[in-house]
Amino acid sequence: MTPEVVAYALFALVGAGYVGGALATVGGRGAAARRFTVLGALGGSAATLALGLWCLGTGVTPTVRLRFLALADFALRVDGLSAFFLVLSGLTGVAVALYWFGYSPEPKERESPSLLGSTLNGLLLSLVIQAAADNVLTFLITWEAMSLAAYLLVLTEHDQAGAVRAANWYIAVTHAGFAALVAAFLVLAAGDPAATFETMRSTSLPPHVRDAVFALVLFGFGAKAGIVPLHVWLPMAHPVAPSHVSALMSGVVIKMGVYGFLRVTLDLLGGGPAWWGGIVLILGAVSALLGVLYALMEHDLKRLLAYHSVENVGIIFIALGAGLMFQSYRLPALAVLGMVGGLYHTLNHACFKGLLFLGAGAVAQATRTHDMEQLGGLIKRMPRTAVFFLVGSAAIAALPPLNGFASEWLVFQVLLGGSAVPQPEVAVIMPIAVAMLALTSGLAVACFVKAFGITFLALPRTAHARDAREAPLSMQVGMLVLAVVCIALGLGPALVVPALGRIVAGLGGLSAGGVRFTLAMPLGVSGAVGEMSPTSVAAGLAIVAALTWGVLQLCADRRIRVGETWGCGRMRQTPRMEYTATAFAEPLQRIFAELYRPTEDLSIDFHPASKYFVQSIEYRSEIHPWFQRLLYTPVLSGLRAVAGRVRSLQAGSLHLYLMYMAVALLLLLGAARWPR
Amino acid sequence: MTGYLLAFAEAALTLILAPGLLGLVRWLKARFLNRRGAPIWQPYLELRKLFGKEVVVSENASWIFRAAPFVAFATTVAVTLLLPLLVVPLPFDPAGDLLVVVYLLLLGTFFVALAGLDPGSAFGGMGASRAMTVAALAEPTLALAVFALALGAGSTNLGRIVARTLADPSTAISPGHLLAFAALFIVALAETGRLPIDNPETHLELTMIHEATVLEYSGRYLALLEWAGALKLLVFFALLGNLFLPWGLATTLTPAAVAVAAGTLLLKLVALAAAVAVLETRVAKLRLFRVPELLSASFVLGLLAVMSAFLLR
Repeated sequence: MTPEVVAYALFALVGAGYVGGALATVGGRGAAARRFTVLGALGGSAATLALGLWCLGTGVTPTVRLRFLALADFALRVDGLSAFFLVLSGLTGVAVALYWFGYSPEPKERESPSLLGSTLNGLLLSLVIQAAADNVLTFLITWEAMSLAAYLLVLTEHDQAGAVRAANWYIAVTHAGFAALVAAFLVLAAGDPAATFETMRSTSLPPHVRDAVFALVLFGFGAKAGIVPLHVWLPMAHPVAPSHVSALMSGVVIKMGVYGFLRVTLDLLGGGPAWWGGIVLILGAVSALLGVLYALMEHDLKRLLAYHSVENVGIIFIALGAGLMFQSYRLPALAVLGMVGGLYHTLNHACFKGLLFLGAGAVAQATRTHDMEQLGGLIKRMPRTAVFFLVGSAAIAALPPLNGFASEWLVFQVLLGGSAVPQPEVAVIMPIAVAMLALTSGLAVACFVKAFGITFLALPRTAHARDAREAPLSMQVGMLVLAVVCIALGLGPALVVPALGRIVAGLGGLSAGGVRFTLAMPLGVSGAVGEMSPTSVAAGLAIVAALTWGVLQLCADRRIRVGETWGCGRMRQTPRMEYTATAFAEPLQRIFAELYRPTEDLSIDFHPASKYFVQSIEYRSEIHPWFQRLLYTPVLSGLRAVAGRVRSLQAGSLHLYLMYMAVALLLLLGAARWPR
Repeated sequence: MTGYLLAFAEAALTLILAPGLLGLVRWLKARFLNRRGAPIWQPYLELRKLFGKEVVVSENASWIFRAAPFVAFATTVAVTLLLPLLVVPLPFDPAGDLLVVVYLLLLGTFFVALAGLDPGSAFGGMGASRAMTVAALAEPTLALAVFALALGAGSTNLGRIVARTLADPSTAISPGHLLAFAALFIVALAETGRLPIDNPETHLELTMIHEATVLEYSGRYLALLEWAGALKLLVFFALLGNLFLPWGLATTLTPAAVAVAAGTLLLKLVALAAAVAVLETRVAKLRLFRVPELLSASFVLGLLAVMSAFLLR
């Protein structure tokens, strides 16, 4: 069997798994149908993962063309970049499907497995086709299918407060982006929807047209990826979607924005002037910092994670922007390194954010809430979930030796590589980007001390948390898969980075020739600065910790007495004495008060006889991102005004409508007659 | 092979020396205040006593509380292995650079902060919250100091930064280096919990940062944390002393060179200890919400350091 045949066979398996899974719940209801749906998703995802790895390993590029409508072929082609995103969606899909066996996001009485099952399988299938699409029509149709599937999934629990509003925001932002993408692709393909990516690569456009395409693409894919200020839908949609859907959306769906951006700017356009990269870099840095700052103020576990997606997408775009910039300054080695850093972080983010969302789902299923202020003490009740969540927290906080650190280290090195560019504006941008990235990662550590500490440590704050039980085995396995991958990706950058380098090498005229990726233990990259080896760091840490423990066992006093927490004279400890999430984040809220502009509302009920006897105090503090109001209110009111005007066209009179049709027909005929 | 053995020996020596450095700072401070002060070896006696005492663990605490001292200790010792202490080139240079040093220390801070939340006491939570706030705000300055050093050397690895300054001594007085030194000095005070950011000697609950975080600890766990704290102070002193003024470091493996290196390192440590002691007798602790101002000042220093390093290349 040649490698191509294996690849086509895997392709067929992907389709069979997902389509079978989708049909299983359309055909039947009940437990068996549900099991088949999940099995279909699991099989399809495993095949996707295998297909991606196979294509990366053997270097084959399977191509599929199906006749589709009269308009264009349905064209698929899996090159290196596509295969990388197949790995991404396959890996997350496998974990999500395993988790799904034991996860019932909705109470039994209104369980609607048919819609959820087929939509989720449909979403997974559209992700595969999306990454493999090779012409304009296929890309745009799948893009829309993916958006609609995600829209339906956000609406799974449609009677939950805010679900419909969140879904509406999501679909509005996504469609605004989609309109920009349609325009960009039509310009790129000179109006031919059947144009393959190969022909688009070879067409050369005038510079201002390229700039326009870049702007449209940045808007369109930025809306999907959740770049500030287009991130508004993320913190709304994630808390209302079921957790395995959130994991998939945050891990893979928003990454398709990264994929599309790379595909168009780097592959189809072949890079551009330095300001492209500069803008992407600045947008990325702003997204990263604002994402983490708003995450710090969130006490809803899933909304906190959603804001962290904004942060991490920002980090990815920092790396991509720096890469684009270096490409325009003719520094191919650093450009490749920037793209590699971006892709590495994309993969890492899919793993740890998927893991964290699955963990949050396990917590929500056990306690029926994801408000951190009502949780606590879960490490004793859900010990395994706690360990998985801790791995995810340490990884997203970029702590060594986990995967978040490996990719953030790479991004730092890319930014330090900016010293190779002799432009003064670079001398200003790069240090500020370094500082913003460092502040982001510092705040992320603080945020995950809060997220893990308040949720899992100390005493349970409510009865919900006190009665929590460990998640079912299948959910644990789903989390375990991603936790292991997080650790492996953290320890093995020496294997991952060269593989990613080969993926980037063919794109946009970047050759791998200028870059040597050594496979030695340290991550030695010529042209960049610095080296490190997470494997030896991890080994060193483990050895020192084990030695210390051993020496203490032998030499120190080994008695342990379990006692009460010291209370400074109080009688009994209750959960109300614990630090809350709000209190934990309060110093940072004060420091960044100018950004948050919290609204505070204090009402005190005094005793009627004397105001020295307080009966109750009510304190509310809310944070509304003011720049969103600043940006969106004019847009929305403008839209409303236009809609009001347009409405008068729709008068309800049949004669008027017939006249519109006649006028439109005449205009079209006139346009067709117009000499070219 | 000798290189690796030497690195281990240096780390072990540093580990033994660290409590003495803390004792020296305390003793000097007492002398400046016209007190007699505890002897320099007092921290050793404290450690011995703590190692011999039983541990009291809160009934609410989980395994995080018991693991955190080991993580804090192991990360600090691992950082010591990466530092240029006596001899360059460093055998472990390819294993970790300055960013690894920064993030390893952050890993320790992360676990200690979690351990502060674990017993469920308000003091621990308060300490954890404040410690993470200070750590997060110190991070950009640290990164910029790393950037400023790396720009000159073309590498973030400590060995190469030292080698570059040794090869071209004039870089040590370049504005980039001087500004980065100042920035890193302020951050070192914040990271090691010294005045004016945190008072290591306070036991007034509402002003504590580090002490509040580790309030629940006792016995050998507390001993490990205290030792790690002392070692962290030495790590920052060694970074300040040997990265910016690398003279004295042995470049050859002769006994004389190593002896000179040990002597100069001791001198640098004593000088920095004296500087910190003088500073601590001259300034009062800042209010918590004035700390960001100090840290943003250090951030501006760091930014100026990088920009001047960029423009004056």
